[in-house]
Amino acid sequence: MTQIVKMKGMNKYFGKLHVLKDIDLTVEQGEVVVIIGASGSGKSTLIRCVNGLEEYESGVLEVDNQKLAPKGGNQQALSEIRKEVGMVFQQFNLFPHLTVRKNIMLAPMKVKKASQVVANATAERLLDRVGIGNQADKYPSQLSGGQQQRVAIARALAMEPRLMLFDEPTSALDPEMIGEVLDVMRELAKEGMTMMVVTHEMGFAREVADRVIYIHEGQIVEEGRPDDVFDNPQNERTQAFLSRVLAH
Amino acid sequence: MEFQFQFDWQAAIHAIPFLAKGIPYTLMISFGGLAIGFVLGILFGLLSINKSWFLRWPAIAYIEIFRGTPILVQVLFIFYGLPDLIGGPIDPLTAGIAAIALNSGAYISEVVRGGVQSIDKGQTEAGLSLGLSRTQTFWSIIWPQAFRRMIPPLGNQGIVSIKDTSLFSVIGVGELVRQGQVYIANTFTAFEVYFVVALMYLAITLTLSLLLRLLERRGVASV
Repeated sequence: MTQIVKMKGMNKYFGKLHVLKDIDLTVEQGEVVVIIGASGSGKSTLIRCVNGLEEYESGVLEVDNQKLAPKGGNQQALSEIRKEVGMVFQQFNLFPHLTVRKNIMLAPMKVKKASQVVANATAERLLDRVGIGNQADKYPSQLSGGQQQRVAIARALAMEPRLMLFDEPTSALDPEMIGEVLDVMRELAKEGMTMMVVTHEMGFAREVADRVIYIHEGQIVEEGRPDDVFDNPQNERTQAFLSRVLAH
Repeated sequence: MEFQFQFDWQAAIHAIPFLAKGIPYTLMISFGGLAIGFVLGILFGLLSINKSWFLRWPAIAYIEIFRGTPILVQVLFIFYGLPDLIGGPIDPLTAGIAAIALNSGAYISEVVRGGVQSIDKGQTEAGLSLGLSRTQTFWSIIWPQAFRRMIPPLGNQGIVSIKDTSLFSVIGVGELVRQGQVYIANTFTAFEVYFVVALMYLAITLTLSLLLRLLERRGVASV
């Protein structure tokens, strides 16, 4: 199996705050890894390191066989990695001045130098796939939150990434829209996409994840198959966390 | 003896053709200066938020110097002072355009800085995460959004600069106020003449306001 992400003894600080502590983690191709933990535990920071949106201070990080050096390292590797890694944000971060179609066409045209025709065809195919083919010429602000997040997923997929990062993709959504976004993600997992997902949706984690990782204060304290982690957590911190989030 | 003042419509109307000769100069100085000021503003505004201090520092120095000194002193310095340095006279039109350019450029730099910094950093992150370079992210994602937010303050600066040109009568450039002063020297109809001069400024600034409102509305429609 191919390892897409390899972290070894990775440490990250925000000033004096030690936010990631000796992280060892590998993600295999086709694997869906769900990262859970309390807010402030470092789980978002962890996946933001994978595409270099956060720098780390020490250790080793390899993504898609490219070494991403600490402290902002080499720009070359960084830009190669970003072409292969898609990201979906909590706040969608769609481009408000562009239509949905143009949001999706931008990166293929600017980065891959795709022609307008090809980029447009890709955009339409992906919008159909996420179930909003008829909204292509609207602006993001004209769509619901759930639709916007599905556009954001399509936008990331347009670069044909080898790995998708999801940073709390449903946390900013109204409850009735969470399902439609999770459905798209579930489909994506089924088709074999490699995914790292930070989420509070425990039902989704249990159903879709190949592996669940629990982070506490910047450390991976539990890691395993979802059934094992949810039904039989070994670490008492995991037990405490799960009893808090699963109680209601 | 009873004091009586009558607005002399005849005098006002007669003054119009002579005063109107100042309009092209007022427009040339303000819009010529603003066009250059806009370029300076983009340049120094972006430099002032650059990561490297040796690009940032000179830009901030420029902005602070030209915002912190009166434009009247700036234009006097350019027209009367600079010739000593360069060893030859500067014509008043050039001096006026240069003063508006440098002065508005400093203010527009701040408008540019504010506009760019007002865009959520999630926009930059989204661009970078898609594989766009920093330059591509800036020009295709950040700048178009920032520019829309810059339109109202830019319009404001345009109006301020148009009115600032009235000070340049001191260097003898034949703009609106200068024309008024010359006309009054011969007719002693100060009230009527300055009244007409004021109306002419108002006509220019109101036209600009109107155009900007149209531009803004078009911009807003697509966000």
